[in-house]
Amino acid sequence: MIRLENVSRIFAVGDQQVAALRGINLDIAAGDYVSIMGPSGSGKSTLLNLIGLLDRPSSGTYRLDGGDVTDLTDEQQARVRSEKVGFVFQAFHLVPRLTAAMNIELPLILAGIPADERKARVAQLLENYGLADRADHRPDQLSGGQRQRVAIARATSMHPAVLLADEPTGNLDQTTGKEVLNLLEQLAAQHVTLIIVTHDPAIGGRAARQLHMVDGQITDETGRSP
Amino acid sequence: MKLIDVLLFASGSLRGSRTRTLLMILAMSIGVAAVVVLTGLGEGARRYVVGQFSSLGTNLVIVFPGRTETAGIGPGMLIGQIPRELSLDDAQALLRSYAVSRIAPLTIGSTQVSLGALNREVIVLGSTAELLEVRHMNMGQGQFLPAGDVHASESVCVLGAKIKRELFGQQQAVGAWVRLGDRRFRVVGVMASQGESMGFNTDEIVIVPIASAHMLFNTSGVFRVLVEAKSRDAIEAAKRDAEQILMVRHSGERDVTVITQDAVLATFDRILRALTLAVGGIASISLAVAGILIMNVMLIAVSQRIKEIGLLKALGAPAAQIRNLFFAEAILLSGIGSVAGLLLGEAGVVVIGRIYPSLPVVAPWWAVLAALGTALGTGILFSVWPARRAARLDPVMALARS
Repeated sequence: MIRLENVSRIFAVGDQQVAALRGINLDIAAGDYVSIMGPSGSGKSTLLNLIGLLDRPSSGTYRLDGGDVTDLTDEQQARVRSEKVGFVFQAFHLVPRLTAAMNIELPLILAGIPADERKARVAQLLENYGLADRADHRPDQLSGGQRQRVAIARATSMHPAVLLADEPTGNLDQTTGKEVLNLLEQLAAQHVTLIIVTHDPAIGGRAARQLHMVDGQITDETGRSP
Repeated sequence: MKLIDVLLFASGSLRGSRTRTLLMILAMSIGVAAVVVLTGLGEGARRYVVGQFSSLGTNLVIVFPGRTETAGIGPGMLIGQIPRELSLDDAQALLRSYAVSRIAPLTIGSTQVSLGALNREVIVLGSTAELLEVRHMNMGQGQFLPAGDVHASESVCVLGAKIKRELFGQQQAVGAWVRLGDRRFRVVGVMASQGESMGFNTDEIVIVPIASAHMLFNTSGVFRVLVEAKSRDAIEAAKRDAEQILMVRHSGERDVTVITQDAVLATFDRILRALTLAVGGIASISLAVAGILIMNVMLIAVSQRIKEIGLLKALGAPAAQIRNLFFAEAILLSGIGSVAGLLLGEAGVVVIGRIYPSLPVVAPWWAVLAALGTALGTGILFSVWPARRAARLDPVMALARS
């Protein structure tokens, strides 16, 4: 599913070159549940952005779903993101002026899916995530857990093969955090490849496969090996 | 992404920041309204002048003594010469031209008009019966000057509407006698009130037969001859003939000036059209200012919505789509602003029309089109930069903004 070969990502900070990732080799099979852990600045978010095609490697190759996606144009990247990748963010990133239903609908609108099909899919998602009675509420009228549920519904609305979550519970209390994690794990059980970035070992420890990163390198791996 | 969805999304984000949107629409509509109102005024002034000229008479050629083709003082004036005057017979001779249908010689002077103890200073116009037709005047009561021998100095007069009111009030004027200077005249008619035309108020004049005016003022010349050509096409021929006839009568000297109403009209038309263009141009500067305002506010909007843009990219929107969303916003803004401005401008035109009913204020269609075009054009032009800026945002950086 996902194969990174000798991938590096170097940022220019002033006149200095800072390597956020150094020679990463990684294989993730379809339906895997992977957590990436490490201290802040270890490069785990950069790795997630690379996998999600929001960023490009400085060197190395990246194959997604069998195809080489290292050197895609901006437009091609966007299409792959639209069709194959769903993002869940720590800060939810809901559009404040749109209702829950419209936030969920957003990726479908961007992909140009016809209106009646959109309505049906959104209604189904609202039902699945227990948000049916919250459909017309704007984000500021929702609780943190509800907001993240909206965000997860949005991330799955295009039926992505890969779900990328960057500290999905970081802005939530323990109980709701656990609920959200359960939701994500249910998705992983339905053959969605789930990658969670976290600094919290209690959360990362629940994944079948756990990667530890320090200074842009994967230093340790527990669980199933590739 | 479908066009309808682009528009819906853009209008949604415009509704999301109401004050900003309303201010931009206001700026745009003021710009458009200014163009519409100002060009409407200019066009109104042009039509007003054209209308005034045609109310003078149709197919008019005007003959007056003296040659003024070189400006100001001719050599004759320096040695105390004055131009040879036009006589009444000169004027009558113009009728020999096949191109001329009617003529009306004019002489002018001012004197006292009095009725009993009432008296006032008045402009006296000496002319013939043809003046009524040539000059498109209307009678209020009674008759105009009697037709017949132009040399007959009958003691009859026609009063302007205001003079009649001042002297007689509500009383019957036709048939009464008034004193003009040292002579008595019988009132045979009263002009209909016409108001001012070309700075000459026909309500405040007294008209007498031209021979009577000559006796009253002890003169013999003709101040102007209004010549009506048979048709529009005959105007040039009438002008040529008038020059020719008078040259022969004045022993081969070209000592009269002949102007056509058309030539004067065309000049005014050109001047006023240029003025309309100029004020329209000045007004369109406000449109450009509105455009810059839109650019400024869009740039602010881009930086305010960095996170949203980052999100849209993460959700699979390519750069072109982000750019289109911002374009759509600009087009909606300037579109709504233009329509609002158009309504505002037309309302202003109506209001001005009510305040100055004599001014035919109408915004010309080309100005309306130009205003709409400029508004939409500037809106789109000035959103290019903000839209590109939004489209080029790095999604990782945009999402990381807190």
